[in-house]
Amino acid sequence: MASGRRPPEADPAAREAERALLAALRSGDERAYEQLVRSQAPRMLAVARRLLRNDEDARDAVQDAFVSAVRAIDSFAGDARLSTWLHRIVVNAALMKLRTKRRKPEESLDDLLPAFEPDGHRRDPGGPWQPAERLERSELRKLVRDAIDQLPEGYRTLIVLRDIEGLDTAEAAELLGVGTAVLKTRLHRARQALRTLLDPHLRERGGSTR
Amino acid sequence: MSARKTADLTCRELIEFLHRYLDDELPADERARFEEHLRLCPPCVDYLDSYRQTMLLVADAFAADDPDAVVPDEVPEGLVRAVLAARPRR
Repeated sequence: MASGRRPPEADPAAREAERALLAALRSGDERAYEQLVRSQAPRMLAVARRLLRNDEDARDAVQDAFVSAVRAIDSFAGDARLSTWLHRIVVNAALMKLRTKRRKPEESLDDLLPAFEPDGHRRDPGGPWQPAERLERSELRKLVRDAIDQLPEGYRTLIVLRDIEGLDTAEAAELLGVGTAVLKTRLHRARQALRTLLDPHLRERGGSTR
Repeated sequence: MSARKTADLTCRELIEFLHRYLDDELPADERARFEEHLRLCPPCVDYLDSYRQTMLLVADAFAADDPDAVVPDEVPEGLVRAVLAARPRR
């Protein structure tokens, strides 16, 4: 859905329209700017809401993103779609807002990671999952969204960036200011924690142990 | 229980490096150890499957056809006005 990795527009007419919009924006055309805001703000607001979970902060992030975009429009190379470029800018604006609001140290994720016996066996081996057998699709979606919201903020942000917004490892690592190896390890921990949160709801009926 | 330690790889080690296995980042000999362990350890197969399903469910939870996750057609007019008013002069 809100992937930031769309290829440049293949349709020549659409590409030409985007080139014209870009030229108008660079010349300071107010109508072009309003057109851009009205066409792109809905998607950008949805992205900011997913990251910030607070409507007021999300609106602020969208506003900050457009200000940044206007300032940087001359440096936009045009090798990606304008919407892809704006997607990254609003993600960055939302992350900046998250950083300024973060007051307490990161919560530990350890309680949500698998536990092991001293010999390396998993303490609760569980059983196979049967999501479709257990829940309707709409229920599943709500369950997963609620589980994501239960993750500590930093891990939640990672899941949103990589698995929902579609940023690749290098992009997400750069935006979060960490190395790619650290990012991959943290994402793995976040996915394990999510799996732990979902496990009791999705195990095959009667398949509690194995 | 003995089936859960194969090729000198414990369940703990397998789960710890599962992401590298899924991202195809393991050297061939390590990958072979993973696959040998999975061949003999149903709980780790279940874990791997549920981990993969977690990733798919996350993507689906925000899919475009979900009425709760869909991008709105319009943003509040107040936000549009605020954005337009905040435009830096060029």
